[in-house]
Amino acid sequence: MVVRGNIVGIDSPEALERALRTAYYLADEGLATAAYLGLALGKPLLLEGAPGVGKTEAAKAIAAVLGRRLIRLQCYEGIDASAALYEWNYPRQMLAIRQAGEETIDIYGETFLIERPMLASLRAPDSTVLLIDEIDRADQEFEAFLLEFLSDFQISIPERGTVRATERPVVVLTSNRTRDLHEALRRRCVYHWIEYPTAEREARIVMMRASSVAEATARAVVAAVGRLRREPLSKAPGIAEAVDWAEAATLLHERGARWPDAFKRSIGVALKDEEDLTFISGRLDALIAEAAA
Amino acid sequence: MSDELQLPRAIRVFVSFVALLRANGFAVAPEQTTAYLAAIELLGPRSMEAIRLAGLATLAPPPERRATYDRLFDIHFLGSEAVDRAGAEDEEVVRLQEEGRGEDETLLADEANESGLAAARAEALVERRFAASATGDALRKLSREAPARLPRRRGHRRMRARRGPWADLRRTLRESVRNDGEVLRLGRLRRRTRPRKVLLLIDVSGSMKGRTDDNMKLAHALSHAAPNVEVFTFGTRLTRVTRALRLKRREQALSAAAHLVSDWDGGTRIGDALQAFLAVPRFGSYARGAAVVIVSDGLERGDPSALRDAVAKLSRRAWRLSWLTPLAAGPSFQPQTEALIAIRRFVDDLVDGGSTAAIVSHVLSLGQRKAA
Repeated sequence: MVVRGNIVGIDSPEALERALRTAYYLADEGLATAAYLGLALGKPLLLEGAPGVGKTEAAKAIAAVLGRRLIRLQCYEGIDASAALYEWNYPRQMLAIRQAGEETIDIYGETFLIERPMLASLRAPDSTVLLIDEIDRADQEFEAFLLEFLSDFQISIPERGTVRATERPVVVLTSNRTRDLHEALRRRCVYHWIEYPTAEREARIVMMRASSVAEATARAVVAAVGRLRREPLSKAPGIAEAVDWAEAATLLHERGARWPDAFKRSIGVALKDEEDLTFISGRLDALIAEAAA
Repeated sequence: MSDELQLPRAIRVFVSFVALLRANGFAVAPEQTTAYLAAIELLGPRSMEAIRLAGLATLAPPPERRATYDRLFDIHFLGSEAVDRAGAEDEEVVRLQEEGRGEDETLLADEANESGLAAARAEALVERRFAASATGDALRKLSREAPARLPRRRGHRRMRARRGPWADLRRTLRESVRNDGEVLRLGRLRRRTRPRKVLLLIDVSGSMKGRTDDNMKLAHALSHAAPNVEVFTFGTRLTRVTRALRLKRREQALSAAAHLVSDWDGGTRIGDALQAFLAVPRFGSYARGAAVVIVSDGLERGDPSALRDAVAKLSRRAWRLSWLTPLAAGPSFQPQTEALIAIRRFVDDLVDGGSTAAIVSHVLSLGQRKAA
């Protein structure tokens, strides 16, 4: 167990929470603790939660706090090693072979290697944060392959040998939980389930992210969004939608729309599904009036 | 690690907490215990809350069992007496709201210990014993032919092929190295296919009573014949039985499922059940791109509008939506019930589900059908 009690002057979850705040990310105690432990124990951080609770944003904020470049690997069904690790630049290799004529050349040299996110993070573990986004979309095979990578932090390239990380890279994985991840993967990580923030915290997030929004507007939007999330919608509004809605309503209000009306007219930035809109439309007035009260 | 570890006494309380978690069906690996101790040491003796959070982060209890974790934590570290199992939580059961929308109360009963299920319930808990009769031939046919005949989708990975849309540059390069850089033959690649998800929703209400045993056996056979099958039952509730059915021995699997499902042979609220299914994001996404098969007679009481909306939504998500009803024996079948008439527009197949053989032959024919 590698214990690095002190990561760039951050020596406690509270310190990390403060640092994240400077990167415009409000983390609750649970997330700050999990992220701090992940960094200090040198384990990957696995964040699960509904879409739009700020999982990817958390990874970006952690990278910003550490002053590192974020390398993002977006997963999809059928993602494979050549998209995640490395790929050879075949056309260039072929040209090189033809140009070489009688000379010997190394067609597996650095110039022909195309770095993909996982290799890039292994080669620069101290200056990057690797974000493996929406791991639940990848299929089982990729998960098994990832497991191997996360336990040894090494990749073997048959033509060149093994690339090992000089230190444990910082890795953040996110999942929307569209399927259950393998137990072994969860065991290897420090785990945190991100809930929707409390109304109080979400209002603070809205005001932090959208400086033009007045406090009353932020609170009203957060209350309305909270109510929408309790409805059986196909796509519940996330935090980003709450921020957009508050901004859009503020903009319409500045252009002369009256208050409840400004919320109602800008509902399209919060709900992005025709069916959801139809489903809510009858009760939208009441819902907004309640929230604004 | 510090000297703490040479003093088993100091850490005994944490290690025994892990043992308590394991005894309650949480899977905790030794490496997680080590990480937990390291985490506690890192955070220092600050507060109970820090110890709780350290456990959450390193022992990673599944979110739906969070309340159980908290309760065990309280018992272990705080000596809490409030061992209240009645209001326990439930992972795979969504109870349908009794009155109106938005009042969904989720019941919890984890699969690891059934005591959570013994709570006060609106429904009487009826446990079903599966008759050990053989549905025989049709199921054997399903097991034998499903791997080859279930629908497949195009995957992302490419494999070598004689013909295909892409040039296999990797292989071509290797061969050309042997021939001094001359390309003599261009290898090709094509996409390989992968089995499509199959989502099976089985009506276990009273009106389907005669078929339920056989339908559950079929679900078990299908779960083992294909790699990604999800199975739910619905009546007055929606229950995910996928994991129970993964047990290899049929009797074991069916009795495990029987323990989970508590609304056998009760009433039906198909619309509400499907709405509940779609409202849980994790469940709803199982349907995306899947071959969805609903086995139900569609005898919906009351207004079919909830059912219609749910089926419409499901059909947009699914690759193909089949509705198998025992009422549709024979080719001249015309839907009579209000509910079936309402959903007819949205389903791709409305066919006979009155016998295991009929369901099996439909499921096996899905591979030849096109996406709707």
